[in-house]
Amino acid sequence: MNKSVPALSTKANWLTPGRVGVAVLLVIAYGIIPFAGSEYVLDAILTPFLALALAAVGLNVLTGYAGQVSLGSAAFLAVGAYAAYNFNLRFPELPFLVSLLLAGLVAAVVGLVFGLPSLRLRGFYLAVSTLAAQFFVQWALTKFGWFSNDNPSGVIDAPTLTIAGIPFAGAARRYVFSITIVLIATFLTVRLLGSQSGRNFIAVRDHEIAAKVIGVPLLRTKLLAFGVSSFLIGVAGVLWAFAYLRTVEPAGFNLDRSFQILFIIIIGGLASIRGSFLGAAFIVVFPLLLSRLGAALLGNLFDSGVLEMSQRIVIGGLIIGLLIAEPRGLIALVDRLSAKALLKLRRPERAPIQL
Amino acid sequence: MNVFKPIRLAALATAIAVGAMLPAKADEQFFPLQSYRVGPYAAGGTGFFGGFIDYLNLINIRDGGVNGVKLTWDEGETQYEVERGVEVYERLKNRPGVAAWNPLSVGIAYAMIDRITKDKVPLITINHGRTDSTDGRVFPYVFPLLLNPYSETSGIVNYIATREGGADKLKGKKIVVLYHGSPYGKETIPIYKLLADKYGFDLEQIEVPHPGNEQQSQWLSIRRAKADYVVLRGWGVMNPVALKTAQKVGFPVDHIIGNVWSNSEEDVIPAGDAAKGYVAITTQASGAEYPVLQEVIKTVYGAGKGNLDDKKRIGSVYHNLGIVNGILNVEAIRIAQAKFGQRTLTGDEVRWGFEHLQLDAARVEALGAKGLFHSINVTWDNHEGDGRVTFQQWDGAKWKVVSDWIAPDWAFLRPIIEKSSAAYAAEHNIKIRTSDDTPVGQ
Repeated sequence: MNKSVPALSTKANWLTPGRVGVAVLLVIAYGIIPFAGSEYVLDAILTPFLALALAAVGLNVLTGYAGQVSLGSAAFLAVGAYAAYNFNLRFPELPFLVSLLLAGLVAAVVGLVFGLPSLRLRGFYLAVSTLAAQFFVQWALTKFGWFSNDNPSGVIDAPTLTIAGIPFAGAARRYVFSITIVLIATFLTVRLLGSQSGRNFIAVRDHEIAAKVIGVPLLRTKLLAFGVSSFLIGVAGVLWAFAYLRTVEPAGFNLDRSFQILFIIIIGGLASIRGSFLGAAFIVVFPLLLSRLGAALLGNLFDSGVLEMSQRIVIGGLIIGLLIAEPRGLIALVDRLSAKALLKLRRPERAPIQL
Repeated sequence: MNVFKPIRLAALATAIAVGAMLPAKADEQFFPLQSYRVGPYAAGGTGFFGGFIDYLNLINIRDGGVNGVKLTWDEGETQYEVERGVEVYERLKNRPGVAAWNPLSVGIAYAMIDRITKDKVPLITINHGRTDSTDGRVFPYVFPLLLNPYSETSGIVNYIATREGGADKLKGKKIVVLYHGSPYGKETIPIYKLLADKYGFDLEQIEVPHPGNEQQSQWLSIRRAKADYVVLRGWGVMNPVALKTAQKVGFPVDHIIGNVWSNSEEDVIPAGDAAKGYVAITTQASGAEYPVLQEVIKTVYGAGKGNLDDKKRIGSVYHNLGIVNGILNVEAIRIAQAKFGQRTLTGDEVRWGFEHLQLDAARVEALGAKGLFHSINVTWDNHEGDGRVTFQQWDGAKWKVVSDWIAPDWAFLRPIIEKSSAAYAAEHNIKIRTSDDTPVGQ
């Protein structure tokens, strides 16, 4: 008995529920979905979900962890998409993965520039100043034809994804490409957030002056948050343009998109990576499910316009109800429910001991 | 074993349910509709898709379908958003017997070009879309029927020329183009420049930022520039605001020429008096006096199957555009059926039908659409089909046609279009078709 205990406990330490969950998700994501998912599920639901989830992870770094509110996410999506398009077009010899990284870096640089006001502004004032990014980028992409290779209407067609000579043309391949990029980016983000820099983010968010007093470099921390966040959102923009829509116009990256990403992290849970994914699922997937359900049940009675309006009402009501029930977002709700479920599962084991 | 039993049962049940939902194998041709009845452009969406559905209903009720093949459709709401349009595409594309896609949105159409080319189903962008998709050699599945943006521009300039008494009178005239600050608005900037060089008129192009509900400074510049004509290349709320502001600065409304997306009742009624005398281009006349409209009213609305909630909109610009779109789609199917047989056709076979969609004035009259639109002559390499345009003037209550059917300067435009499509072909490694004998299904 004495011998087996340490062995068991090390095994238990290694086999946490979280890790088991991640492993199960990985098996489903790579082993089942690409083979079982229909083109519709892969192309119209999962790929946009992944792109927006990554954008939400990016915004969560900035807003959830570092406490800097931004309304410019769509602009960084656009920068990433157009940068990758231009790298791909003007340097055809570059491998696509390099274009992707460079596009992320360009978005990071633009993010740094628009992050500078954060040194003087906070809260709502910062949010308003990030609106400048939103409007400026959209204006610049429409104004200067160079960005869209002088296409008269400013719309770009993304070429087929090709990695190391292998075209990622089918829906399943585009999905695998997206999820791989998203997982790698998310993994690196989690590592960053666990490091000293990640702790600095939280310190700055919780109390800027206190953070400064204990020696957190404010300038570096804030700019790092803007840079990392914009990088991730830029990469998400590449996925959006190349893996999902495969065509992009500046109007697709309007203020609505920025709000959408902000709502994803608020509804999913601020300062939670898992929350970003849950929120993205709620915002992207749930309306589609509701829409299918509504059409199946009531499609013969009302036209599509009426159905669409009633879905908005349902979703709006759900959001309000959810935020009243759990202001910390879906992730807090899920954690609470799963804790309860775990407790229930364990109870029968304990019962005899208590007797 | 027991673990899988419920799954197997569920799978079986689903299979049975799906099987039951599939239509019986009767011959049907399906139209997936990416409609928009909600959102800022709902006026256009309800009118156009209402007219389209009304015409499909007319064919089903009056003729029992096209040679016995029933027409079916399903709507997916897009709100004019590209992502939703793509979602609807992915959802409906696997339905049996898809005939053609008609999104009525430049953004959605752009996103679909790759997809429909791969799936070999035609994409119809009547009166709009990507100009160079006119070149069927490069875009075999895309059809900007009747009018592409360049032809529209040329048609407007030709009309101004006739009002001035000839193309030579354009020299020295000042034309201002007031365009919507969007990809759609900017699409014609280069072609106006070319036409200005060709005819020698002074040109100024002024942008109105989206959405365009404040245009004081633009109209003051127009005033200062002493413009002879203003071409309104607007969209949505920008149009009535332009007309009202023009009245405010004292610019004569009958010298404002609206383009094809500034030509509806919804654009002029909100402007009230300021719109009286305004002229706009159109490919299809408005009004319900045409025999085909009368049949729609009698047969479809009479049976309580009309799609428009507000019957006053029957015969409005968008509704009639939907009717014309219905005629073109149905006739393409009929032409393809004559070659391939009276059955459900594949998308590629319907594409062949569109490439042989030739309706002369006599055929248009036989369809009950004389005066509604002029004619169309689509070929394998000209996917626009030489649509004629006409001009209508708003008299305060309805549109009145004030011109003949005018032909744009296609010969002048074609080389520009071919240059652009060649660039697209090079960028996408597309082999340029050299004849119309591309076998169906290849």
